[in-house]
Amino acid sequence: MTEVISTARLAGAPGPGGEGAGPGEQAAAAPLQIVPLAGIPIVVAALVGLVVALALNKLWPLEFFHVVGGGLWTGIDLFLGFIIGPVLGRMSIPARVEFSKRFMPKMVLLMPTLVIITLTGGWQLARHVGNLSTASPNHGWIIASFIVVGVMAIVALGILEPANLAVLFELRKPAPNGALIGKLMKRFIYTAGVTGAMQVATLLIMTHLAAS
Amino acid sequence: MRGAGPTEAPPARALPPVGQIAVLSMALVIVGGIYMGAHLPKHASLGLPIGLLVAAGVLVLANLAQLVRLRPFAWSTFWLVGKWALVAYLVITGMLEYVFVLDGTRGSTLVVMTVMLAIFAVDVPVLLAFSVARYQPAEERH
Repeated sequence: MTEVISTARLAGAPGPGGEGAGPGEQAAAAPLQIVPLAGIPIVVAALVGLVVALALNKLWPLEFFHVVGGGLWTGIDLFLGFIIGPVLGRMSIPARVEFSKRFMPKMVLLMPTLVIITLTGGWQLARHVGNLSTASPNHGWIIASFIVVGVMAIVALGILEPANLAVLFELRKPAPNGALIGKLMKRFIYTAGVTGAMQVATLLIMTHLAAS
Repeated sequence: MRGAGPTEAPPARALPPVGQIAVLSMALVIVGGIYMGAHLPKHASLGLPIGLLVAAGVLVLANLAQLVRLRPFAWSTFWLVGKWALVAYLVITGMLEYVFVLDGTRGSTLVVMTVMLAIFAVDVPVLLAFSVARYQPAEERH
């Protein structure tokens, strides 16, 4: 999956070396990687840092990983769902394809990394500060956060990530099926409300926990 | 961007509900995981989680049985996606397992959590691989 693949060209456009090939077409012919190799060392470094933080079991490193990971996860989800998504929906189909080809591979690496950093860091942090204990007054809030994460995991892993990968593989083809890509991308629109609601719930729960 | 030519996605054909079953199985282990997580590090009653685990395990086996009978299918794509997704989700579930062990979870509680994580680590790659391969040109053999 990490191989560099010659990308799909928009159907009907001249070849990259063809007469009249403009900058847009040359950009369309740029290689497409499903998983950007350059990002893997960063992911490995983040995971190693997380393991060290878990092993140290000190407040600041745990808080760092949970707050940074969770803040980015929530912020990116909301920004994508409510800012980038509607903007993208008003762009031309070739422009959407161009954007997706550059953007979606990065998300394949970024989001799972943020999710695992946030969840494992958060679990250990909750244990460290005593919120996991059933006797804690915050225990109910922690359970609520588990439920929110569970719903987000089902939406992300069951609906969005399969569509993301299927679109990327479709874009590798010499003549991608626009109807199929459009159908798969609609999943992002349909689930934006659920994801947004869950992320707002996360903000409410986490700010309450931090304040208590 | 119009679909045209031989590389157009194959016309929709009836495929077994592998994706839906994988999502259902994943949802069962997530519910079980939330229940267990709500009680950790104390020992929780294992009746409900084991029931959910068995149901999820049956669904995974049913899914695998459906998959092996699929012909023709884009098996090379399925394995390409599946193996890398499996590596990624083994790392993810390994991190979660590490945290549970680090926190002193032991005995039957740890066993149930581990099997739940294992089902999760199989479900997601199967779901991702199937979702990609179903739109790729089918091959006769795998």
